[in-house]
Amino acid sequence: MNLRTRKMKGNAMIILVALAFVIIMIPLMSMLYMIAIRGIGAISLEFLTSLPTPPGEPGGGVGNAIQGSLMLVATASAISIPISIMAAVYISEYRGKLSSAIELITDVLSGTPSIVAGVFIYVLIIPRTGFSALAGSLALSVLMIPTVTIASYESLKAVPNHIREAAIALGVPKWKTSLFVVLRSAMIGIGTGVILGIARISGETAPLLFTALGNMYWNEGLLQPTSALPLLIYNYATSPYRSWQAQAWGAAFILLVIVLLLNIGVRIVARKR
Amino acid sequence: MSSEIEIEDLNAWFGEKHVLKDVSMEMEKNRITAIIGPSGCGKTTLIRCINRMHETVPEARVEGRILLNELDVYQEDPVSIRSRIGMVFQRPNPFPTMSVSENAVAGLKLRGTRDRSVLAEKAKEVLMAVGLWDEVRNELNKPGTSLSGGQQQRLCIARALAVEPEVILMDEPCSALDPVSTMRIEDLIYRLRENYTIIIVTHNMQQAARISDRTAFLYMGELIEYGPTKRLFEKPENELTERYISGRFG
Ligand SMILES: Nc1ncnc2c1ncn2[C@@H]1O[C@H](COP(=O)(O)OP(=O)(O)O)[C@@H](O)[C@H]1O
Ligand SMILES: [Mg+2]
Repeated sequence: MNLRTRKMKGNAMIILVALAFVIIMIPLMSMLYMIAIRGIGAISLEFLTSLPTPPGEPGGGVGNAIQGSLMLVATASAISIPISIMAAVYISEYRGKLSSAIELITDVLSGTPSIVAGVFIYVLIIPRTGFSALAGSLALSVLMIPTVTIASYESLKAVPNHIREAAIALGVPKWKTSLFVVLRSAMIGIGTGVILGIARISGETAPLLFTALGNMYWNEGLLQPTSALPLLIYNYATSPYRSWQAQAWGAAFILLVIVLLLNIGVRIVARKR
Repeated sequence: MSSEIEIEDLNAWFGEKHVLKDVSMEMEKNRITAIIGPSGCGKTTLIRCINRMHETVPEARVEGRILLNELDVYQEDPVSIRSRIGMVFQRPNPFPTMSVSENAVAGLKLRGTRDRSVLAEKAKEVLMAVGLWDEVRNELNKPGTSLSGGQQQRLCIARALAVEPEVILMDEPCSALDPVSTMRIEDLIYRLRENYTIIIVTHNMQQAARISDRTAFLYMGELIEYGPTKRLFEKPENELTERYISGRFG
């Protein structure tokens, strides 16, 4: 093969790669563009802080959906983060009889379609308690736990063994070594996993459809149904009302900004490595 | 207070692999005992049996008796044994998430000492004991891993001292260090002998000759010869020892 054909092949590859890049960027950029253009117009203080108006009436906002989303994500995090970290410490540091079972369950759960998580909680909990923010949080936890557990487990595994030995040899009990030395060394990776887990669940709609249900008013407690941004987007976007459709874009824009910020947060945390 | 160690018929395994065979020896109080022998002969395993670190490896097993001042180490709680028998590893391993001063007293703190002034005082005391205080007094809050290799190793020795052990085990503590740092650590070890019983593994025979009082030669898991360092190096009784110290193998 002479130099010329080699050069031509090289150029052809560059063109192909550039083309692939453009093909990927077009839908992404046009989606961002569309959401930004249509969404920004809807944003105002009233939009961020007030309750929805009845269908067809102008004005109103998504304040309760923002409140609900924060509540759902905070509750799901409060449930998932401790469970996930404990499970990860158990499988990585203790390697007990249950470790491989937990590992398997986690792997399977992490592939569970989110609608299944919703149905699971719907069948298990809703008949007893009715629709509630708590049920929504539990459904989100089903999705968050595997993500955070796997990320935590990987970070714990990456902690070199000489760190554990140094602590054990000082006469530090195993459990303290695991919690205060190994876990601390893995904190950056675990933090990254937690933020990614939060980013994932903040956009989920399916698990909330028949758990948190939605609500036109402010949420007054974990045991009431609650609105949430993804739910509101789903309801508004599929409604026949113009004003609601416009507000769905606004809500989508807010959600996008939140997820974007969380991803930037991951970058910042991960750079400290 | 320092203590003596007595090892009786010690056998150790990794799975099916028999790596220590009927080792019996005594290590004297306030003395430095060197353990020499070719790579893979079981030196590390031997000292890891003394502070019960060997059994933390999956599949690893020990038989025999080890007495710390007549107290059977294998009848006691391993956590408390490890606080009485400190260990310094081959590679300096300060905790990367902790500062210099946090590292120095990490053992104390993790074992339950909360009082900040006690911790700060102890940090100063042990850093002075290892000759590190003047070098790091302005860098106490920097990560322990930011120090040079030799300083890190002295920090690890300080960390072991802070728990107030009676015996200190050292596994080739200078093998990752430059000659100048090695000298400083040898001086330090020699000074520590006043207050501690020291057992040091080394593959460096000059080092064993320079600092130890007694030397044990281990070969393929067996204790071949054990005696006063000077005698062992000048007039080895066993032919294997003679061949090893004259550099004809290993
Ligand atoms: N974690 C382990 N698992 C299995 N075998 C090991 C392990 N560590 C050491 N060994 C084996 O045990 C023997 C003694 O090792 P070691 O005590 O580390 O020797 P030394 O410190 O004298 O070089 C060697 O043959 C080594 O291969
Ligand atoms: Mg060794």
